[in-house]
Amino acid sequence: MMQQPVIYSVNGPVVKIRNTNVFSMMEMVYVGKRRLIGEVIGLTDAETTIQVYESTSGLETGEPVEPTGAPMSVTLGPGILMNIFDGIERPLRALESASGAFIGDGLDVPILDTEKEYDVTVKVKVGTRMQGGEAYASCPETSAILHLCLVPPNLSGKVVFAAKDGKYRINDEIIRLEDSAGRIHSLTLCQKWPIRRARPAAKRLAPSRPMITGQRVLDTLFPIARGGTAAIPGGFGTGKTMTQHQIAKWCDADIIVYIGCGERGNEMTQVLEEFTALKDPRTGKSLMERTVLIANTSNMPVAAREASIYTGITLAEYYRDMGYHIAIMADSTSRWAEALREISGRLEEMPAEEGYPAYLPSRLSEFYERTGAYETLNGREGSVTVIGAVSPQGSDFSEPVTQNTRRFVRCFWGLDKALAYARHYPAINWNMSYSEYLDDLANYYEKNVDLKFNTYRTEISALLKEEQSLMDIVRLIGSDVLPDDQKLVIEIARLIRVGFLQQNAYHAEDTYVPLDKQFRMMELILHVYHRTKALLAEHVDLEAIKSSGVLEMVIKVKYDIPNRQLERFDTLTQQIDGMLDALRTQKKEVL
Amino acid sequence: MSLQYFGLHSISGSLVVLDHVEGVQFDEMARIVLDDGTERTGRVAMLEGDKAILQVFEGTHGLSLTNTRTQFTGRPMEMPLSADLLGRVFTGAGRPADGLGEVVPEKFGDINGAPLNPVSRQYPRNYIQTGISSIDCLMTLIRGQKLPIFSGTGLSHNKLAVQIVQQAQIAKDSGAEFAVVFAAMGIQNDVADYFRRSFAESGVLQNVVMFLNLANDPIVERIITPRCALTAAEYLAYEKHMHILVVMTDMTAYAEALREFSSSKGEIPGRKGFPGYLYSDLASLYERAGIIEGIEGSVTQLPILTMPNDDITHPVPDLTGYITEGQIVLDRGLEQGGVYPPISVLPSLSRLMKDGIGEGYTRADHAAVANQLFASYAQVQDARSLASVIGEEELSALDKKYLEFGKYFEKCFLSQGFTENRSMEETLELGWTLLSLLPKSALDRVDDAVLNEHYAPEAAEALVRKVRERNG
Repeated sequence: MMQQPVIYSVNGPVVKIRNTNVFSMMEMVYVGKRRLIGEVIGLTDAETTIQVYESTSGLETGEPVEPTGAPMSVTLGPGILMNIFDGIERPLRALESASGAFIGDGLDVPILDTEKEYDVTVKVKVGTRMQGGEAYASCPETSAILHLCLVPPNLSGKVVFAAKDGKYRINDEIIRLEDSAGRIHSLTLCQKWPIRRARPAAKRLAPSRPMITGQRVLDTLFPIARGGTAAIPGGFGTGKTMTQHQIAKWCDADIIVYIGCGERGNEMTQVLEEFTALKDPRTGKSLMERTVLIANTSNMPVAAREASIYTGITLAEYYRDMGYHIAIMADSTSRWAEALREISGRLEEMPAEEGYPAYLPSRLSEFYERTGAYETLNGREGSVTVIGAVSPQGSDFSEPVTQNTRRFVRCFWGLDKALAYARHYPAINWNMSYSEYLDDLANYYEKNVDLKFNTYRTEISALLKEEQSLMDIVRLIGSDVLPDDQKLVIEIARLIRVGFLQQNAYHAEDTYVPLDKQFRMMELILHVYHRTKALLAEHVDLEAIKSSGVLEMVIKVKYDIPNRQLERFDTLTQQIDGMLDALRTQKKEVL
Repeated sequence: MSLQYFGLHSISGSLVVLDHVEGVQFDEMARIVLDDGTERTGRVAMLEGDKAILQVFEGTHGLSLTNTRTQFTGRPMEMPLSADLLGRVFTGAGRPADGLGEVVPEKFGDINGAPLNPVSRQYPRNYIQTGISSIDCLMTLIRGQKLPIFSGTGLSHNKLAVQIVQQAQIAKDSGAEFAVVFAAMGIQNDVADYFRRSFAESGVLQNVVMFLNLANDPIVERIITPRCALTAAEYLAYEKHMHILVVMTDMTAYAEALREFSSSKGEIPGRKGFPGYLYSDLASLYERAGIIEGIEGSVTQLPILTMPNDDITHPVPDLTGYITEGQIVLDRGLEQGGVYPPISVLPSLSRLMKDGIGEGYTRADHAAVANQLFASYAQVQDARSLASVIGEEELSALDKKYLEFGKYFEKCFLSQGFTENRSMEETLELGWTLLSLLPKSALDRVDDAVLNEHYAPEAAEALVRKVRERNG
C-alpha cells in the first residue's frame, strides 16, 4: 500500500505532488483538508500536476490529495434548466445558501435538486432490450421542455426491473439493466458524463436549416445553420454581449446554454433577471424555462473558467441526444484562452504566440467540432450551435485567438468600432463578415420564404460592396464629383444601412423581425432603387428624389409596419410609386 | 504559531526564500523582524517542498541571509475594519499614516475579498448624478457600476475626478450615507496632496478614506493598495450600509508594479511584458463593484488610468475596458482646444445606463436624445475629415450644418466650469436645443412623436446668439 499522496508545492491554482502513481490524467481529485475540487493535468514519473478549481489560499504542503477514480464530470438529469451554475456545474443558488453572498471554498453542495419530485413516465417494461442512447423514461422538466432519460451511450442490456409511473426524485431507481456480461446496472433520473469527451451520436448531418435569429443582418446577409459555428469578435464596447443576448432571446433553438466565461458579474445578473422576466414568444412562459446559465465571472477561479465551456457543451450535447436543438452562447472564448495561457504559464510550458500555449488551436478546434446537427443514437434529430464571442486584445483581429478561431468557425460576424461609435447596432461590419453556410441554406430560403430571397440578398450585398468602393472616392474628393447614378447607389446603400441593417433591440417591433418581413423590406428597398434609377434615366433630379421623402419612408418602415401586418407593404409600395410617378410628371411638365 | 525561522535561504528582488519550513499556508502573512528591531511584512507567494517564497511589501533592502527572524501568522493579509475608517489616511498597505493611531477594529477583513455570487448581486439601476452634462446624458454613471476614466499624462483627469466626487449625488431614495474611498497607487506627492486639499476644501474629508501609495513607495505595497481600499469599501457598503464611490488612481502604475513583481518571480510574460494573468488580476479588483440583493449599500468604482502614449490598445486600458462596464475617454485634442472636461464622447460608453435612465429614473426622452447626440456627433467627425480634404467651402449644406452643430456641442455641452453643476433637466434640454441646430430630417434615431415634442429651432438660434454675444 502506498502512502497517501500529499501536496509538494503550491503556486496559484497549480498544485504538485511528488512520487505517486495513483492518479490518472484528467482525473478529478479533492485537494487538501478543505477538499477543494481539482483536476489532474500533468503526469510524469516524478510529479503529478493538478489544477485547482477553487482558491488555494491557506493550503499547506503536506496536506492530503484524494483521488476519485473518475474524470472531471458533470451530472446530467432534470433540474439543469432554469438553473445557474459555476464553471464546474455547482449551482450558484445552493452556494449562496451555503456561504452567503460571497462564494466560499470547499463547499459540498448537490449539483441538482435531490428533493424535487418529477412526474415520471416509464417507457419500458421488464424484458425490453435497450441500446445506449434509448429513452427509458420521460418527465416534464419545466413546462417548456420534456426531459428524456437516456441509457448511457456505452451501456446496453435487458430491463430486469422497471418502476411504475409516478413521482420520483433524481436519485430514485427507475430501471435496472442487465448487460450481456450479466452485470446489473441501476439507472436513476440522472447520470454522469466526463466534460472533456464528446457524447457519441449516430450520424452527423449536413447543415440544411438556418437558425433564425430575427436579426436582419444575420438572417439575411450572414446566416448560421443549425449545428453551425459562429464567432463574434469585437473590441470592448462594440456590442458582443448585446448581440449574444439578442440571439439568445429570439433565436429558434429549443434550449439556450449561456456560458458567461470570465465576464462581468453584473452582466450575468442581468441575463438571469431579463431571461426570467422575458416572456418566451414560443411558449408564453419565462425564457428561463428553456435556458441554463453557466456563470464563471472574471473574478472566480481561473481553472474553473477553463472548464466552463466544456461543462456548457456537455450539457448541450445531453439535450441534443433527446432530440432538441441547442444554441450555446459562449461569452467570451478569449477569456477561456487566457485561462489556458495562465495555467500554461504556471506549468512553465514553452509558450507559442503572445504567451499562449502551442495547443491553443487544437483545443479551440476540439471545442468547435463538438457542434453540429446529428442523428442521435435513438434516431432523433438534434443539433448544437455555438456562437462564441471573441475579445481581441487591442481590437486587433490578427491576434492569436481571433485568428485561430477564424479557422474553425464558418460564420464570422466582425464587430466594428467605427459603427459602434456611431451607435449603429448591431455593429456587424458587412464588408468584413461572412457566412460559409449561404449555399447550404439557399434551398431553405427559396422553399420557405421566397424564390427570390437569394437573388435579393446578392443584390443587396452588391450594392453595399459598390458603396464601399464609391466611398473610397468620396473620402478623397467629396461626393459632388460623382455622377447621379453613383450618388443614388450611395443613397440606397444608406437605406440599406440605416433602414435594414441597423436594428433597434429596444424597440418592441424591431427587436425581432421574422424572415418574411425581412424579405419584404429587401424587396421594398430594391424596388425603390430600380424605380429611382429609371427616373434618373428620365432626367429627374436626384435632389428631387431625395427631397420627396420617399427614402425617409423606407427607412422608417422597420418601425412603421408591424411584423404582423405585412400586407401594409403593398399599400406603402403603391403610395411610394404614386410619389415617384408624380416626380416624373413634374419633370415632364417642366420640359 | 510561535515558531521563528532564523535567516533566509536567498533574496531576489522583493522575494525572499526560506527553507526547512513546516506548516506554512499558501497566501498567509509573515512578520520578518530584522536585527535592528524593525519589522517587515511578507506574504507567501509560492510553496515548494520545504521552501516558502515570500514577497516582502516594504522591499528587501537591508535584509541579509542572516539578520532576520521570520514568524508566520497563519492568516491571510487582513485589514482592521471599523466605522472609524472614515476621515482617516492610511499607507498603501493599510497602516495609519495620519498619526492618529491604530484603528480599533470591529472585525478583520481578508483583503483579497471573495467573488460575489452572481445570483446574490442586484442588477444596478439607480444613477448617480455627477452634474457633468456629457457624463450624465451620454454615459450615465450607475450606482454599483465600475466606470473607469481613460486618460493620458497631463490631461485633467484628476480635476474631473475631484469634480465628480464633489458633485456626485445619489439620485432618489438617498437615505443612506455617501462616502468616498480613495486609493492612490504610484502617484506623485503633489497629486496626492491635490486630492487631499480638494476634499478638505469641499468639506468632504470626514467622509473620505484615503490609501496612499506614492510614486516613491515600494511597488509590492502598491499591489495590495487597491485591495485594502476595496476591503474598506465593501465593509462600509455592505455592513455599514453606505453608498461608496471608490476612486482608484493610477491603474497603469498598479499594472506596472504587477509586471515588475511578476518578472522578479521569473514568470513568463504576455503582451508588453505584462503577466498573462493581468486580466484575472484586474478583474479581481474591478469585479468588487456592485450591489448585493437585499442589502442597503453599494460599491461604485471610478478607476483612473493613464494610457501610455495615449494608446487605447495598450494592455492596461484594453483589458480594463473588457472588464469594466464602459469607459470615459479623455482626449488630448479637446484639452488643447480648451474644452474642459475633455471627454471624447464617441469612444466613451456606459453599459449600464440603458437600464438606469428614462421614465422613472431620469426622463422618458433621455435615451432618444443620447442616441441622437451620439449619432449626429459621429457625422460631425465625418464632415470634419471631409472638410480637411476638400475644404469647408465645398461641403454640402448638411455637412456644413454638422460642422456648426459640432462646434456648439463642444462649446456649450461638453465644456463646463469646474464648479458648474448642471441638473439632469438642464443637460437634457441643452441636448435637444443643440440637436435643433440640425434639420429635422437628419435626426433619424428618434421617433417622430418624441422629436416633435422636443425639436426647438428657436431655442437653438437663441443659444447661438447668446454664444456669439458672449464672444463679442
